[in-house]
Amino acid sequence: MGGYIIKRVASAIITIFAVATITFFLMFLVPGGPFLAEKAPTPQTIEALEKKYGLDQPVVVQYANYMKRLIFKLDLGTSLKKRGQEINDIIRVRFPVSARLGAISVCTAICLGIPLGSIAALNREKWLDRTIMAISTVGNAIPSFVVATVLMYVCGVVLRILPTFGLTSPAHYILPVISLSFYPTAYISRLTRTSMLDVLGQDYMRTAKAKGLSQFKSLFKHALRNAVLPVVTYLGPLLAFIMTGNFVVERIFTIPGLGSEFISSITDRDYPLIMGTTIFLATLLIILNVFVDIAYKIIDPRIKLK
Amino acid sequence: MSKALLNINNLKVSFFTPAGEVKAINDISIRMEEGDVLGIVGESGSGKSVTAYSIMGLIPYPGKIVNGTIEFNGHNIHEMAEKELQNIRGNEVSIIFQDPMTSLNPVYTVGNQIQEALFLHTNMDKQRAYQRSLELLNLVGINEPEKRLKQYPHELSGGMRQRVMIAIALACEPKLLIADEPTTALDVTIQAQIIELMMELKKKINMSIIVITHDLGIVASMCDKIAVMYAGKIVESGTIDDIFYSPQHEYTKGLLKSIPKLNKKEHEKLVPIKGVPVDMLNPPAGCPFAPRCDSCMKICLKRMPEYTNISDDHKCACWLLQKKEYEAATGGER
Repeated sequence: MGGYIIKRVASAIITIFAVATITFFLMFLVPGGPFLAEKAPTPQTIEALEKKYGLDQPVVVQYANYMKRLIFKLDLGTSLKKRGQEINDIIRVRFPVSARLGAISVCTAICLGIPLGSIAALNREKWLDRTIMAISTVGNAIPSFVVATVLMYVCGVVLRILPTFGLTSPAHYILPVISLSFYPTAYISRLTRTSMLDVLGQDYMRTAKAKGLSQFKSLFKHALRNAVLPVVTYLGPLLAFIMTGNFVVERIFTIPGLGSEFISSITDRDYPLIMGTTIFLATLLIILNVFVDIAYKIIDPRIKLK
Repeated sequence: MSKALLNINNLKVSFFTPAGEVKAINDISIRMEEGDVLGIVGESGSGKSVTAYSIMGLIPYPGKIVNGTIEFNGHNIHEMAEKELQNIRGNEVSIIFQDPMTSLNPVYTVGNQIQEALFLHTNMDKQRAYQRSLELLNLVGINEPEKRLKQYPHELSGGMRQRVMIAIALACEPKLLIADEPTTALDVTIQAQIIELMMELKKKINMSIIVITHDLGIVASMCDKIAVMYAGKIVESGTIDDIFYSPQHEYTKGLLKSIPKLNKKEHEKLVPIKGVPVDMLNPPAGCPFAPRCDSCMKICLKRMPEYTNISDDHKCACWLLQKKEYEAATGGER
């Protein structure tokens, strides 16, 4: 276990370094700059600003400076657009908003997807199974921004029953959470159904019954734990999905989270903010994936972490 | 005659598949006394395992008991509710399955899986159940039982896992142990050990055993009585001597010819049984073995023969025997 963690930390550092490097150079390949607004400042002002933020130096030098600050001080710099705001502070304020929304969506997807998939498997080829699978096929096919827009129109504009922007009350969470968890719920229920059907046919289920366990107990103790293994595997990609899904959904519902900040940083060419959010999200994803691996090991003792 | 432990009468079990009704068990009767070891022999698909599952009330979907009764240890299995069956399974009757590699749940420890049966059927507390599971592992000859209890199935060898399966089956000291091809998936050396173990345990806790197998060697080394099954019917049943030394049914004879013998000449060929097993969806009208039988007569294809009692224990369903009886009775006229 110790060796595994050292290995993972080492590979994480390399990955984050690569992400930072690639993002940095790609960023400068994109035309435009942070100071080109509708009311363009005079060339002199731009020059002065660029000099102030060190943007007049060659990209390689800028890169070296940036990495030095990042590695030695863990400092992500200051925003170019939001004068004087530290990127670290922006993340500190914005991230909890996104994290809460993301966590609720992941939990919703898991808590709905696994029971739905199990129910479908237990009622195989009956109408309940067919209904669940039909809905999940639809869920698999529709991207989150379409779900979000339709929900917003129906619930917010036509029916006027739910708020459509901001996150100020629990009711505000309903539409964004549905938009974000629709696809993963559909995917997880499909995954669970398949693996549950497989598990139900396994010999150890017969052993469980032969011991005298009730149907319910043998399902809960013996089937479910084996059946959720593929779902745990999917958690890694799911987290990435929720994270990127967040970008769009936060935008649509005007939620002041890190996702919407990430998108506006790109359109603004706010270089330090692009770098900061990218590195932060990459790190987060890597850490979450380590947790997923460890969870996998806990559920399935046959897995060896190497 | 002492009180029967198991009494199966005219049992019929069918599987209602989309393609039609498959009569997996077609009118069989079995009687077992306490302490008996019965071998059920037959090829794949002859209904051996379904017979075993019927006794436990575990016939898999879409199978159903169509007719007949199963009385076991004072219970009428055929009319019991699922809830009542659960009290019997793993308690009064246990089963060991063919493949120990897949019969244990990979995500729970050996200890957990043994103690599960104890918690279900007894009032043992944790401490007592732990002690009992240690005893059981000792009983089935597993060394370092403390360590094994904490291990997962994938950390044990096949033979060990089968011993664990036996330990689970014996946890509540059942009256009847069903061994469904207990050694098929094991190495030959391990096979002998497992058989020896079962026979030892039978003496120790005085249980009855049903061994389901297609290996006549196992039957010879374990059983008192044998039932030979073919296409859902018991074609011949008797004591071990009856079957091995005076087989009456052509199928039984064929089975015995198809196994190697040490005392035969070196180059003597084994005789396989010709033909293919019955299509259970469209079984023949008469004796199911008739299409493969060398001595097949017209009547064999039309009607199923009744049992002929050769002795008290030895019964056989074959027209040849009926014919002999008839000839003996009428003096050879037809």
